[in-house]
Amino acid sequence: MPVTELAGRQVHVNEEGFLTEFDEWDEELGKALAELIGIEMTEEHWKVIRFLRDDFKAEGETATTRRLATVGGFPVKEQFNLFPKKPGKKMSYIAGLPKPHGCV
Amino acid sequence: MTTNAFVPNFDDESNEGRKIAFICSKGNLDMAYPGLILANAALGEGIETHIFFTFWGFDMIIKSRMNDLQFSPAGNAAMHLPIGDVHLPQALAPLPGMTGMATKMLKKQIADLGVPEVPDFLDQIVGSGGHLWACRMSADMNKVDESDLRDDVEGIINASDFIELTNGAQVIFI
Repeated sequence: MPVTELAGRQVHVNEEGFLTEFDEWDEELGKALAELIGIEMTEEHWKVIRFLRDDFKAEGETATTRRLATVGGFPVKEQFNLFPKKPGKKMSYIAGLPKPHGCV
Repeated sequence: MTTNAFVPNFDDESNEGRKIAFICSKGNLDMAYPGLILANAALGEGIETHIFFTFWGFDMIIKSRMNDLQFSPAGNAAMHLPIGDVHLPQALAPLPGMTGMATKMLKKQIADLGVPEVPDFLDQIVGSGGHLWACRMSADMNKVDESDLRDDVEGIINASDFIELTNGAQVIFI
């Protein structure tokens, strides 16, 4: 796996640029990742990202937009507003998690 | 050290102006899903997405029918019993109760994957920015109007309107 420098530190990423090590992430890095893809983090963004991190820790896989809506309580419309166009990928990228695996 | 090589390009220009339309023409429970799953995925990729409901697919948006789509094993040679690769004998498929049982089984399998039921799925698709359209001829054949359809159906349109609407779109018939 390639190593790249983000927010002044070395992190492991896959060929698409998604972090591969859960523990290399913290919110400072999340903020830097968000800036790289043109998203300015607000408290609303963080709520989603924190849910994704906690859920991944418990379930071992990245929540889909569906799960974020039904379990996390973030309506899909809100997800699209916060992370425009490709919410599933953008959210998981910022959260330092793999892309969602499920179809729905 | 440059980091650009490892930053995904989420707003890929190649998707700009990309448009997909799904024609949902089937009203069986199993055939309702392919269009919905793909439409949902397209929306998640930031693509303008339209769904056109026609013929039997109309049942997916008629309020009085959309909660009651069914799955019949009759004529479906790929229907297996819940034990390994054993086929359900086709002679048994039309027996009374089979459709109800198969529908129940399929609904459970879909729910177990966290995939919503059809009306709920369409809510999600609309929430994600998808556009729903109803077919004029199907509305006339079924003797229904806008009031019988989901409120978020944007209009009952005819075949020419659909062709116009999908100018430049990739069109997938299901």
